[in-house]
Amino acid sequence: MTESANNEDLVMVQTYEIEAGNFTLAGEAASNIKKLLRQLGIDAKIVRKVSIAAYEAELNMVIHSLGGIMRLEITPKEIVLKARDDGPGIEDIELAMQEGYSTATELARELGFGAGMGLPNIKRCSDKLHLQSKLGLGTYLEARFFCNP
Amino acid sequence: MKIRTIKELLDARLIAGEDFLDNEVLYACGSDLMSDVLAFVKEQTVLLTGLNNPQVIRTAEMLDVSAIVFVRGKTPSPEIIQMALERDIVLLSTDHTLFEACGKLYEGGLRGR
Repeated sequence: MTESANNEDLVMVQTYEIEAGNFTLAGEAASNIKKLLRQLGIDAKIVRKVSIAAYEAELNMVIHSLGGIMRLEITPKEIVLKARDDGPGIEDIELAMQEGYSTATELARELGFGAGMGLPNIKRCSDKLHLQSKLGLGTYLEARFFCNP
Repeated sequence: MKIRTIKELLDARLIAGEDFLDNEVLYACGSDLMSDVLAFVKEQTVLLTGLNNPQVIRTAEMLDVSAIVFVRGKTPSPEIIQMALERDIVLLSTDHTLFEACGKLYEGGLRGR
């Protein structure tokens, strides 16, 4: 179902555990991803796009999911961000992709989020986005960023 | 516009990042909605906001925002200040409202995009 990066090309893989509902830690994984990509000397424009997408994906997991794992795969050709969570899943993906549609909690809104811009923003930042979800089971998001667009 | 000039135009107090006051910003954005900020802000931007929580710093970090101005005299917590210091982000606080602060910077020549 999902394309995996060619093992021979794989330069680095990192995984990050995302805790549901923990707004204090939210952004820590994206922050580490940004630092790592910078250290590897990746182009600043790509670093910015991956960081924004990673932060949005992380926030989505903190706000909506029961927790999950974010995985970063780096190859010479592309950077792949994979986010898999344990539910509750998205009822209508098409609706969730619309700007302004949100099911976020009051707490998330108080912190300045939950405006329904997350998924559309991930789509805008990435070169290829794959999203699948099953109610009660969870959501899998895969965003690819080409190193030589 | 130099961050130092922003500080002067807004009669702002410096909270963090004295070493970076001579850095240039190209754009400004005023918003309490980090969702919008994440979707529209470019690099080398100053963010003006009435929101005062760690996620403001996180948002600025992801976007390479160089300076944050807290409006209506808000002062961030020591935890937030520490986060900004670690990320080389300048923090300012002004007594002006968001609307007035944005107006003063626009008058000074700064634009949104």
